[in-house]
Amino acid sequence: MRPEPGGCCCRRPVRANGCVKNGEVRNGYVRSSAAVTAAAGQIHHVTENGGLYKRPFNEAFEETPMLVAVLTYVGYGVLTLFGYLRDFLRHWRIEKCHHATEREEQKDFVSLYQDFENFYTRNLYMRIRDNWNRPICSVPGARVDIMERHSHDYNWSFKYTGNIIKGVINMGSYNYLGFARNTGSCQEAAAKVLEEYGVGVCSTRQEIGNLDKHEELEKLVARFLGVEAAMAYGMGFATNSMNIPALVGKGCLILSDELNHASLVLGARLSGATIRIFKHNNMQSLEKLLKDAIVYGQPRTRRPWKKILILVEGIYSMEGSIVRLPEVIALKKKYKAYLYLDEAHSIGALGPSGRGVVDYFGLDPEDVDVMMGTFTKSFGASGGYIGGKKELIDYLRTHSHSAVYATSLSPPVVEQIITSMKCIMGQDGTSLGKGCIQQLAENTRYFRRRLKEMGFIIYGNEDSPVVPLMLYMPAKIGAFGREMLKRNIGVVVVGFPATPIIESRARFCLSAAHTKEILDTALKEIDEVGDLLQLKYSRHRLVPLLDRPFDETTYEETED
Amino acid sequence: MATAAEQWVLVEMVQALYEAPAYHLILEGILILWIIRLVFSKTYKLQERSDLTAKEKEELIEEWQPEPLVPPVSKDHPALNYNIVSGPPSHNIVVNGKECINFASFNFLGLLDNPRVKAAALASLKKYGVGTCGPRGFYGTFDVHLDLEERLAKFMKTEEAIIYSYGFSTIASAIPAYSKRGDIIFVDSAACFAIQKGLQASRSDIKVFKHNDVADLERLLKEQEIEDQKNPRKARVTRRFIVVEGLYMNTGTICPLPEVVKLKYKYKARIFLEESLSFGVLGEHGRGVTEHYGISIDDIDLISANMENALASVGGFCCGRSFVIDHQRLSGQGYCFSASLPPLLAAAAIEALNIMEENPGIFAVLKEKCQYIHRALQGISGLKVVGESLSPAFHLQLEESTGSREKDVKLLQEIVNQCMNRRVALTQARYLEKEEKCLPPPSIRVVVTVEQTEEELEKAASTIKEVAQAVLL
Repeated sequence: MRPEPGGCCCRRPVRANGCVKNGEVRNGYVRSSAAVTAAAGQIHHVTENGGLYKRPFNEAFEETPMLVAVLTYVGYGVLTLFGYLRDFLRHWRIEKCHHATEREEQKDFVSLYQDFENFYTRNLYMRIRDNWNRPICSVPGARVDIMERHSHDYNWSFKYTGNIIKGVINMGSYNYLGFARNTGSCQEAAAKVLEEYGVGVCSTRQEIGNLDKHEELEKLVARFLGVEAAMAYGMGFATNSMNIPALVGKGCLILSDELNHASLVLGARLSGATIRIFKHNNMQSLEKLLKDAIVYGQPRTRRPWKKILILVEGIYSMEGSIVRLPEVIALKKKYKAYLYLDEAHSIGALGPSGRGVVDYFGLDPEDVDVMMGTFTKSFGASGGYIGGKKELIDYLRTHSHSAVYATSLSPPVVEQIITSMKCIMGQDGTSLGKGCIQQLAENTRYFRRRLKEMGFIIYGNEDSPVVPLMLYMPAKIGAFGREMLKRNIGVVVVGFPATPIIESRARFCLSAAHTKEILDTALKEIDEVGDLLQLKYSRHRLVPLLDRPFDETTYEETED
Repeated sequence: MATAAEQWVLVEMVQALYEAPAYHLILEGILILWIIRLVFSKTYKLQERSDLTAKEKEELIEEWQPEPLVPPVSKDHPALNYNIVSGPPSHNIVVNGKECINFASFNFLGLLDNPRVKAAALASLKKYGVGTCGPRGFYGTFDVHLDLEERLAKFMKTEEAIIYSYGFSTIASAIPAYSKRGDIIFVDSAACFAIQKGLQASRSDIKVFKHNDVADLERLLKEQEIEDQKNPRKARVTRRFIVVEGLYMNTGTICPLPEVVKLKYKYKARIFLEESLSFGVLGEHGRGVTEHYGISIDDIDLISANMENALASVGGFCCGRSFVIDHQRLSGQGYCFSASLPPLLAAAAIEALNIMEENPGIFAVLKEKCQYIHRALQGISGLKVVGESLSPAFHLQLEESTGSREKDVKLLQEIVNQCMNRRVALTQARYLEKEEKCLPPPSIRVVVTVEQTEEELEKAASTIKEVAQAVLL
């Protein structure tokens, strides 16, 4: 195996320290070394990837410090011990049992779910449950109003106090381009369509639910993506789970990234194809699987595979990493596989014109066989799409599970997508969309740089608006979420099972709607909480930047 | 003794060695060397047999030609060219430029273009915008969602309800949230596609019973009981589910729920009930098939329905006891991993529920209209009505198939087209022919709504009659 490219190592295999150090140096945003940084990146990729990358690709996953890892395991150990103790007390009715119970009449049925399945929920999740499902009562924009709630029974149930925590800085919503708004052209257009069409459709695309609006949307999406045709679906999750089975089946092979989203996993599973997993964003692992698949064919029967489909995502939502698309495309061409690219988080959020990861790397959309994405995030709507060659879309129009059995997109939602997409494309006659894209890119770089300077361990690509900040210890998940909310900042914290057991993290999603003031406030509070909870694990302290003005961290700088 | 004998043999051997002639020794020496060579040399090269050289591998990779990503679709595929609806798909619908009365959309209660529903949705749009920009867990829970869940639970008289952002994903996520590998699901053979996908995702053992045949279900349950007695340890951890639909989408028939409930207690299997067609249709207050039969809702473990038919919004919900429903909040895939329902759609659903609660009379009106057209459509030569007379969605099938599905579909499409020309919008029920477990015969689906007047129902029936006569005879 070739050595891991420095600084972009995959997270799962144990990394050599030098490798990380290397990456850290390159990730430094020290002004004087900016040119060197870019050059190093270039040279590195010339040697490693035959000049596939037109831009520096800086991705880092700093190794978990040994002491932190040990303490994290100890933390889980203690929690588990106490969990058993409390389960014991509950069993003997010494501690009050809060959870819902089976009906008396059905006590002798086989239990609906296994007790041990719920051990984690009961004893670990329940302690910090208040950090999730926080109900909001406003637009999920840069600031959001959260409904205050209290629990008198240790998070088993919540009571709403009736108070509203106003103006909480929203670092959790996937509102990348800031189109989640209740004013402006998108809202007005959606309102008009709502009054004309109503909200429902009450039929499927193939029956009588194919509105002129849907056709208009699909033409626009195809133009936006630069593909021949596109099709839109009512739910992003279902776009994956209901279309992959239409594309591949028995005798086909799916090569899937280990960190792919649940919808891709479900779609792959429903398709009946054989699934093999490659290491996250690891091209050596992918190439080996491709080579072996073609050389050895199907297991047992030894017949050659009918086709091979590679499933990758644009931005991985828990890691903040960007797919190494140029390399994936090179491999896919070399081995004649097909590529399914899920741009749920990257569409709108990446690339100089917001057209996703293909645009970001300056590649040809024709090289990606299936371009999938969602309207939920950057477009502030809901639903998903698939774009590609006309033959592909024709086939999906006739064979997609969604087109035959599921209700089509709601017209006002369609209108929101159309208006916001036109805005991004600059077709509304303003440069508003372009401005949003640039703002997001600037916010991303600024926010990531500042967090790194503070000494947090930050995962992912420097250009990814998804910013995971490592917390590691289970107790810190709850503490971080609560402390931030106390300081009027809403963040997302995630732990097992969404992440590996010791890699609990907080995740910030940047938005074009965040102003410099908002980000600075958030950063100041994060800094404070970071000190309070001792979260600054990074052992590669960076030299703080020489007061670089915010608006100078430009996007163009990295373009060449 | 033995050692003495062995020693003697040894001495003899040494003696023989001395006495043997030189040529003999040389010959034996050569033989020994030969044997050693035979033992240690390989007769064939393993390397050559199994491992491919890099060059051969390259050749194989070069040689391999995958199938195209998708097979070509013929230009005249019946499902390729969709009808285009301009404007709202409400009572009066413009299909491919022709203005028709809508007998195809599942807008049973006519709530799709209800001004109150629109106003509620608009108010929500002005407050929240369109999208939620997140799953329920991560700031995607809006107060509207909590309201809707509470309202649905109250309406259905259950402890708790959970909403999904897509109707199809509701039951398809709910089934695998409970039923795992090794569990057993008894399912009706006419179950809709969403159920089929849920079954597939659960990876449980699937036992299909004949459509609406309680005896067949009991037979399977009995078989399983006998199986369980053989292996009681396994039986103790094997969950059993019966999955049925209230009104069957594919047949328009109603589920014999009282008998199924009896079997539930007899054989200790839980019932999952899909009510997408019957919710907001059956029963005095539109609570669905449980109210229709007067069955206590607690006897059903889980009820799932979409909000895309009677409620004329988008999304779906499950309801039941908290013990059951709450489990989905962490294990329902379509709930956890998907963006939540746009608040304006939730607000529309709440308003639709309000209207349903305020006008319980509409369910009787709907029922009357169903029965009316059902009667009017009897006795068309060549077409038979399939489905219950109280079902607002039922099927017209060919009395006699031409022998090929393709031809049947073409014939029915001709009827649909001609009806469309005469201002009656109908559609064929579409299926993925290769994917369906039990593919229903081709059919035209007729949908009744409360907005259709008696004259319109009359006209539709006579139009269908005349057109069918012209096409089929």
